[in-house]
Amino acid sequence: MTAIAAGPGRVALAHRLAERGVDRVLLLAVPAALALIALFCYPFLYGLQLSFQPAHGGVLGAYQSFFSDSFARKSIWQTFSLAIPASLINVGASVPVSYRMRREFRGKRLLLALLVVPITLGTVLTAEGILEFYGPAGWFNRTLHLLGLAASPVKLTMNYPGVLLSLVISGFPFAFLLIHSYLSGIHPSMEKAAATLGADWRKRFRYVTFPLLLPGLMTTFCLTFVMSFAVFPSALMVGDPDGTTHVISIEAYEAALQRFDYAQGCADAMIMTALMLAVIIAVTALRSRLYTGATGGKG
Amino acid sequence: MRGENRPQPAMDTRLRVRLAMRPGAWITWAVLAFFFINLLGVIATVVLDSFGRQWFSAWLPSGWTGSWYSEAWSEFSLGQVLVSTLEITLAVVVLSLVLGAPAAYALARRDFPGKRALSMLFLLPILVPPIAYGIPLATVLYKFHLAGSLTGVILANLVPSLPFVIFTMTPFIEQIDPKIEHAARMCGAGTVTVLVRVLAPLLVPGLLAAGILVLVRTFGMFELTFLTSGPTSQTLIVALFSAVNSAGIRTSQSIDAMAVLYTATMAVLLAIALRFVNPTQLVARSSE
Repeated sequence: MTAIAAGPGRVALAHRLAERGVDRVLLLAVPAALALIALFCYPFLYGLQLSFQPAHGGVLGAYQSFFSDSFARKSIWQTFSLAIPASLINVGASVPVSYRMRREFRGKRLLLALLVVPITLGTVLTAEGILEFYGPAGWFNRTLHLLGLAASPVKLTMNYPGVLLSLVISGFPFAFLLIHSYLSGIHPSMEKAAATLGADWRKRFRYVTFPLLLPGLMTTFCLTFVMSFAVFPSALMVGDPDGTTHVISIEAYEAALQRFDYAQGCADAMIMTALMLAVIIAVTALRSRLYTGATGGKG
Repeated sequence: MRGENRPQPAMDTRLRVRLAMRPGAWITWAVLAFFFINLLGVIATVVLDSFGRQWFSAWLPSGWTGSWYSEAWSEFSLGQVLVSTLEITLAVVVLSLVLGAPAAYALARRDFPGKRALSMLFLLPILVPPIAYGIPLATVLYKFHLAGSLTGVILANLVPSLPFVIFTMTPFIEQIDPKIEHAARMCGAGTVTVLVRVLAPLLVPGLLAAGILVLVRTFGMFELTFLTSGPTSQTLIVALFSAVNSAGIRTSQSIDAMAVLYTATMAVLLAIALRFVNPTQLVARSSE
């Protein structure tokens, strides 16, 4: 009797749920969600609570010791002073180049394919190449010497410029490919309309293309910023990890896996995440004030 | 005579106007050319050095030899490194496809309450840099005695790969018309038959694309593998980094030989990947 009474109720509930899109198909997403909860969310929360349990110094001890140690504190400044110029260079150089390359031309696919190469080379190999190419006896300095541009070799490795170079080499293609795909999403008819109204290319870029591109530029800036903010192998290999390129990821790595102070390492990783999220939220907030409608193209 | 000369100045001015009007074009091409020259130089020095006998202060090495490769092979026990690299990448590819493709199907086909939260869960591991979540993850893996083993490295590499598969596969699944599935069901096909005989053949291109991209990413993933691997579970890129950074006298040529092996493998993988995926798509999709 009760089974009969419950039957229709259950069916109705299942129907109501199915109407809102909840049915057995959703079970397919469960394994992936569980895997990420176990491998991403749990470690993150574990790290967060571990960072409040340092060996000494009370609940906030790990954070206090980070901010009271001037060497550690300075790593924040050093990270930003690498990541912001690198992202600005990458995004700034990508805009004119991809604007020039909007139209189809012969060899474009090859050029795009070539630009994927540095992304896949990875930072370790790029760093190894930079050490030799830009080194005191490398081809770059030899060329400068041959052209009479520099009397003595320019020091480009084991310091700040070396890391910046590696961030540009691996970051520029990434920014370029992203901006290129955003630009190809803006329909050419928009610019043509402006041109028929008598706007020259400067005005067309300033008042038509650029505003439509700006949200995409900000997303690209965020992504390249995240990449440069977490610079790690190249800061160790071509940088000066105990001096001007002692970035926050090195600080966190040394705390966790060289001094085996996991609480401190997790605290550093949390500070790093918080700083990065702060920048992303700031840029996203700025972006939400911009035009977000149709771009007339594939979007 | 005059008839021949007349068009000459006109063409000249037109050419000059074109050049003068487009200094921007020259600058952009120069920037790109400079970038590629530097990139070529970076790669070429490593390749040349790996074949050079000695290279101190000259434009080219003083002699050529292939012996650095055999030396690197034995010095860094590259055979073992390559085997574990292969094991790790293949395991990550298979696991992330098996877990990710069904999730992508659910995301592509259903609109449900909490979909945004679920998408956020899948998006976060792509947004947060590996080193930031890698350190807590390594701590947890050390707690469970998994760090240093192949299992630990595979688990760590699943974190960015799984969302990557999901976001690459979703558009592939969205473009398969659900009517095809409905039609198959109307003709009496069960869930298994629909899956094996209807969906799977249509999804093969998407699975291949996602699998190859994950393969490339895992092969090149430095941070996570570096944080979680032990001496017997290093991938090629981590072995390369340790060779550069660890103490001891190592000839730069044998390190470069290893770097060239890495680049060559990567180039082959990349050539395969580019046959399946358009590079512009690749970046745009991974950032969605």
